[in-house]
Amino acid sequence: MADVRAVQVVAADAGTIGEPSVNISIFAVFVLITLVITFRASRNNSSAADFYAAGRNIGGTQNGLAIAGDYLSAASFLGIAGAIAVYGYDGFLYSIGFLVAWLVALLLVAELLRNTARFTMADVLAFRMRQGPVRTAAAISTLVVSLFYLLAQMAGAGGLVTLLLGVSGEAAQAVTVVVVGALMIFYVLVGGMRGTTYVQVIKASLLIAGALVMTVWVLAKYGFNLSSLIGGAIESGGQQVAEPGAQYGATGTSKLDFISLGLALVLGTAGLPHVLMRFYTVPTAKDARRSVVWAIWLIGVFYLFSLVIGYGAGALVGAERITGAPGGVNAAAPLLAFELGGTALLGIISGVAFATILAVVAGLTITASASFAHDVYASVIKKGQASPDSEVKVARLTAIVIGAISIGLGILALQAGLNIAFLVALAFAVAASANLPTILYTLFWKRFTTQGALWSIYGGLISCVLLILFSPVVSGAPVNEATGKSTSLFQDVDFSWFPLNNPGLVSIPLSFFLGWLGTKLSKEKPDVDKYAELEVRSLTGIGAEKAVPH
Amino acid sequence: MTPPTDRKLLTPEEYRQAQDSPEFTELRRRFRRFAVPMTVAFLAWYLLYVLLSTYAHDLMATEVFGNVNVGLLLGLGQFVTTFLITTLYVRHAGRSTDPIADEMRDRLEAHEFGTAHREEQTRG
Repeated sequence: MADVRAVQVVAADAGTIGEPSVNISIFAVFVLITLVITFRASRNNSSAADFYAAGRNIGGTQNGLAIAGDYLSAASFLGIAGAIAVYGYDGFLYSIGFLVAWLVALLLVAELLRNTARFTMADVLAFRMRQGPVRTAAAISTLVVSLFYLLAQMAGAGGLVTLLLGVSGEAAQAVTVVVVGALMIFYVLVGGMRGTTYVQVIKASLLIAGALVMTVWVLAKYGFNLSSLIGGAIESGGQQVAEPGAQYGATGTSKLDFISLGLALVLGTAGLPHVLMRFYTVPTAKDARRSVVWAIWLIGVFYLFSLVIGYGAGALVGAERITGAPGGVNAAAPLLAFELGGTALLGIISGVAFATILAVVAGLTITASASFAHDVYASVIKKGQASPDSEVKVARLTAIVIGAISIGLGILALQAGLNIAFLVALAFAVAASANLPTILYTLFWKRFTTQGALWSIYGGLISCVLLILFSPVVSGAPVNEATGKSTSLFQDVDFSWFPLNNPGLVSIPLSFFLGWLGTKLSKEKPDVDKYAELEVRSLTGIGAEKAVPH
Repeated sequence: MTPPTDRKLLTPEEYRQAQDSPEFTELRRRFRRFAVPMTVAFLAWYLLYVLLSTYAHDLMATEVFGNVNVGLLLGLGQFVTTFLITTLYVRHAGRSTDPIADEMRDRLEAHEFGTAHREEQTRG
């Protein structure tokens, strides 16, 4: 009975649920509060260290929350809940991969990076190499990863808008994306890294609180018994949702795809530029450690919530209604919120989801613009002679350009009904292929050379992007009977020859291999002095960038 | 903001000397003794989980209690091990590597490594 009523509500509002005005006002309150905070943060925003790294005086705990804010994107909230609601167990892999991946960052990367680099990922990659080529390569891969990630966030914003704000025309959706993009440019320009960090902290707290409410609510409906919750999901979605294979178990190829996804998830995090950049906002390596530990606990607990939310959506809303809703799979969490708490809870949850997208997009934008201004403009074009002021000016300009690009991408992404978690997984694959091998080789392999770094970065980046281009993600996926559309980006054409949706299984090992081969074949002698400096600095913290006193 | 010149506070010889020192060798050994085997272990355990989910469907679908099956328990086990390794790492770093790193940093800031090196050279 309840099902029928809810379907009628959905139908009556021509695709929207809840009360758009409530959703919009809650979102507006968040925007207002964060704008005030951003303004206050902007008072101390003069130098490059302020703009890029919040003066390096964010506390470890605060930064842990901000990392969780950066990391728990729309993919984690909407995408994972949706994947679990529709595919059950197979969706759970996203949470596990996204979480375990943090151990790579904690054990091997975070502290060493904080000790050796200044603002960007390229600082450490180019540390003992020829600066120009390696910085350029690292900046290009930073931009590509950030754009993939932005695409996913904007796709999420588009789907959410359709569902929640009652905007359904293409023009109106485009306007919403423009508003999101403009807001994010404003946060970055005015607030810099400190403003962005505060936005992340607030957003992470709201998101985790919202997920906690939904989790307790769902569990209460099932007598706080996980087994009966899963029983409910099985009743609505069939036995398969409790078992592996609902999404990836069909053929040998799809099984390989599952493994490829798993590999990309676990190795991607420690190569994500916007996550790495957060390590520079704290005063010391010990604070970097503390913030990663906080992030791991927050993210882990959040993913446990999302398991309950996902199965709850599967049980209480049902997979058919989720995939049939505007926004598709990504609509599971909002639909569940409506089912549980009606208009009010839906308004809160969708406001939180919007805030999530906005904050992550701001974090990505500042990373990409820092990388361009610091690595390409100041180091390569100006050969290190740029004044810090002009560098920050270029960073602000770049933020506007990237904002404009992501608005354009977002409008395009509205058309594609891809799962956001899946899109983000592609960004993870690029990060794991292009960045992680070089980061690890640089930190731990004495003989690693410039040629090895370039082969690994470009080899991983190009192979990864090409394989995505010729995969069923872009063209040639079979037509889904329910929607009458193919899941590919382009309908009606097929130029795919690579069978896997996620390229990680091929491109990650290839990049590690190319890094090794490029080094072995290079005539250049590794710089032993620079390696001594890197190693001593990374482990002892001598010479690490200090916090800016205010 | 720290001026860029301040960052070059040690000479290449000092870094080389510090890198060759027994305490740094010990610091590196202690860091790697934890990080490397632990990384191998958690990656292997994670990949085992992914492979079991893919190729051992029936095992993972075996119900343990109610509707909770082996696959779900192993998945939750990944959360437990992640939290556990995090805690172990923090304890290891605090007890084992931080003291050496802090002491070495103080001595490097006082330029003790470079001078020791020069004294040895003049004596030799």
